[in-house]
Amino acid sequence: MTQKNHIKSYVHIKNNTVSLNGTVVYNDNEPDFKSFIKGAYKAVDTKYPKFFKMDSLSKLAFLAGDIVLNSEQLSTEEEHNIALVFSNKASSLDTDRKHQKSIQHKENYYPSPAVFVYTLPNICIGEISIKHKLYSENSFFIFDGFNAAHLEVYATSLLADEKADKVLCGWVEYDGDDNYEAFLYLVSPEGKIAHNTEEIIKLYTN
Amino acid sequence: MEALKQELKENIIEQLNLEDISVAEIGDNDPLFGDGLGLDSIDALELIVMLDKDYGIKLTDPKEGKVIFESVEVMANYISANRKK
Repeated sequence: MTQKNHIKSYVHIKNNTVSLNGTVVYNDNEPDFKSFIKGAYKAVDTKYPKFFKMDSLSKLAFLAGDIVLNSEQLSTEEEHNIALVFSNKASSLDTDRKHQKSIQHKENYYPSPAVFVYTLPNICIGEISIKHKLYSENSFFIFDGFNAAHLEVYATSLLADEKADKVLCGWVEYDGDDNYEAFLYLVSPEGKIAHNTEEIIKLYTN
Repeated sequence: MEALKQELKENIIEQLNLEDISVAEIGDNDPLFGDGLGLDSIDALELIVMLDKDYGIKLTDPKEGKVIFESVEVMANYISANRKK
């Protein structure tokens, strides 16, 4: 018999607002993403100095993931078998552009190692995994838009095959101050919201 | 030399994104790695790029950085003796 899974909790970060399970936990009027995400980081009391070394996509994904995982009150001293399945449209394009700019001219060729290490979208998964000790399955998909059906099938498969106890899924997009959004949700055997495409889309569009 | 040390501290904070650390908190002889500022291997590479970009010093062997980046004092002395710009 197929196990029924649920969406245990979800977080949304967009339009200068952070919400957890539909409740706003942080909101400001900062004019740029850098100021907004710094304010949100301080407000949710995430103590992790390496946060400030991350690129914008990783800051967004890390904070969203941290909020959901902290709500689970997991021990930071032990491993957790929580798979990570993320997606977006722009990949790591914002950081790719910064890197390209630094190598554009032969006479001014100074690529930054700290920028270069973020020229892949799945690096943000690594940042979350390091903090929360997740040595688990992970994937990062590039889609034209939010693809709830694909995420649902993938997460269900991971849980059915016992590859993970829970799956943190969703969308993390950053392509400039005017185009950022994180929507992550935790799929678990426990919870009250059914894990199906309709519910995922409903939470995403709310 | 004092001006160079001040400049180095400002550059280290800015280029390594050391949020919540001020120039006044970095002592001239504080270790930059390990128990000091807690810099990592990517920061070491970033400092190598900074030496090249700001002072025209090219380190061909990254292991040299282990000695040169011991502290702001050591860095300033090395830069003063080897800078090309």
